Amino acid sequence: MNTQATEQQNTHAATPLVEMKDISISFGGVHAVDNASCDLYPGEVVGLLGHNGAGKSTLIKILSGAYTRDSGTIFVDGKKATIDNPRHAKDLGIETIYQTLALADNVDAAANLYLGREILTRWGTLDDAAMEAETRKVMNRLNPNFTRFKDPVKQLSGGQRQSVAIARAIHFNARILIMDEPTAALGPAETEQVGQLIHQLKNDGIGIFLISHDIHDVFDLADRVVVMKNGAVVGSAKTTDVTKDEVLGMIILGKCPAGATPGPGASTD
Amino acid sequence: MSVEKKYTESALVRFLRATEVDTRLLGMIGALILIWLGFHLYGHFVNGYGAFLTPRNLWNLSVQTSSIAVMATGMVLVIVTRHIDLSVGSLLGFSAMIMGVMQVWILPKFLGLGHPMIWPITVVVGIAFGALIGAFQGVLIAYLNIPAFIVTLGGLLIWRGASYLVARGETIAPVDQTFALIGGGPYGTIGATGSWILGIIVCLVIVLLLFNGRRQRKKFGFTTRPMWAELLIGGVGSALVIGAVMVMNAYPWPKGIVKKYAAANNIEIPDGGIFISHGFAFPILIALAVGVAMTFLATRTRFGRYVFAIGGNPEAAELAGINTKKMTMLIFSLMGALTGIAAVIASARLKSATLALGQFDELYVIAAAVIGGTSFAGGIGTIYGAILGALVMQSLQSGMVLIGFDSAIQQMVVGCVLVIAVFLDNLYRRNSV
Repeated sequence: MNTQATEQQNTHAATPLVEMKDISISFGGVHAVDNASCDLYPGEVVGLLGHNGAGKSTLIKILSGAYTRDSGTIFVDGKKATIDNPRHAKDLGIETIYQTLALADNVDAAANLYLGREILTRWGTLDDAAMEAETRKVMNRLNPNFTRFKDPVKQLSGGQRQSVAIARAIHFNARILIMDEPTAALGPAETEQVGQLIHQLKNDGIGIFLISHDIHDVFDLADRVVVMKNGAVVGSAKTTDVTKDEVLGMIILGKCPAGATPGPGASTD
Repeated sequence: MSVEKKYTESALVRFLRATEVDTRLLGMIGALILIWLGFHLYGHFVNGYGAFLTPRNLWNLSVQTSSIAVMATGMVLVIVTRHIDLSVGSLLGFSAMIMGVMQVWILPKFLGLGHPMIWPITVVVGIAFGALIGAFQGVLIAYLNIPAFIVTLGGLLIWRGASYLVARGETIAPVDQTFALIGGGPYGTIGATGSWILGIIVCLVIVLLLFNGRRQRKKFGFTTRPMWAELLIGGVGSALVIGAVMVMNAYPWPKGIVKKYAAANNIEIPDGGIFISHGFAFPILIALAVGVAMTFLATRTRFGRYVFAIGGNPEAAELAGINTKKMTMLIFSLMGALTGIAAVIASARLKSATLALGQFDELYVIAAAVIGGTSFAGGIGTIYGAILGALVMQSLQSGMVLIGFDSAIQQMVVGCVLVIAVFLDNLYRRNSV
């Protein structure tokens, strides 16, 4: 995965991994996302910021296949992509860690890791032993303290559950990773761990969308921020070109600073 | 959790950990033994005759449990996915009626009375019919978003009414003679030798499964059970199987049947009479086969994994790319097919299709699944639990008949047991998590 991804970064750096163009979706007359566009390059971390209800989660759920957009186009590797359900997104290498983690609480870590992509024996039955063995390997890398492979994930701590969700997202050679409020439920040590993981994945050439309503969570990790307000994109900026205060201004007032590229949602005064 | 407990854990806990036996299962077997002993001793001391723990009663119990047990295995999957199916009793009646019409009114016209193809065609039609109606209800639930409670409550009324219309209110009898064997009775069994052969095969399978499981765990370097625990499980399992064979074989044919059989086969009956064993009856064999197949489906296949994942977190299952609507449809279709199988057993046992067949079965089936540990909150339940639950329900039922409780008391006792069982189950879960 490593070399392949780096190669991609070198040769296709000009083509974004993902480009979402003029995406709109409404629920019962409410424009949850209105003509939003954003893109993501290999090895890049893009922070998607905005208040609760700004439309960032909805936009990202369109990319992960949980919602189907009303209009707009998604390009993956420069090619037009059809993403009508979560299966399609996963086939394209788009993996998501949801804020709720989306784990089946009543089954164990291996069953969750492989949910929807189970390893089968040659008889077509579940190969639980193989799945558990693989899960042990992945979890050892990610969280060496993790030992409770037989317990339903309901009985695990918040951090352990988080590592199961992360393991599931990165185990299948993800190229595009979406993390929705990845540190919202974590303590400082675990947050630090997630930060390290993001650096490592970035070096592997994976593109990452970090979604948060809290600028402090993402500013130091992100290369670029895209700010949304009321369903529209206020603007995007490299984190080196703007200050935290300026980004706060974008989130709260929708005011685009000089260092940022304004979007359709920028206030015009 | 395991680390903290290490120092205080008792011999019992260590024993349970080593054998990896489900404590729930032990609890249910304990309850069953209590019920059986209770009825037997009550009969012994109060009525002067303990009729419960006799080969005859246990054989009958096995036959009576079968139809409910078959449906309960499907109800587990329905309830695990947070649905309910109230229509199984009516659907059983309707399927039985369709099969009755098929083999009594329609097929003899084309094939001639007693044609050997009548029973297989009837059985296939009955099961397919159940599956089709189940799928139809499943479509309404999954794709039109009508709650399962409502769809199947409607079904409960509709299918009962429909079977009345089909038969114009008549009882359809007599069914095909071969078909009737599926319901048990002296001829509907595999006999003493057959039971021994089956018993030995099952013992071998138990050993093979234990051996295979151990090899699989070793291959991936997981911890294995200590050898004594493996031997104990294999030994107890085999002993239970052999015990069941001996009980079933200890119930002889009634004298009248033996006489008829002897006359038909020109056998002279010696002074002491001939002891011809029943052995396992076909209904219980069908129920056990369904139990094995459903356990396999629930634990070893993708389908089963998805059922439990949907029950645990429907949204997560959807986001993992599982087609939850299609799964719901399939689960209800499977429930319908199992109801069809139960209809075969029930109508073959009665040798007729009556209007009341299957009435209130939905309640017993749901009760069996729930007593067997299936949780209405979704995501939790086992097939073997539901089968044991069916056995508990039927034991209570026939035990009270044996000791002469009247039906009003019977209903009240069954109702109380259901509520208490779920209460105990809640306690158990709270303490184990």
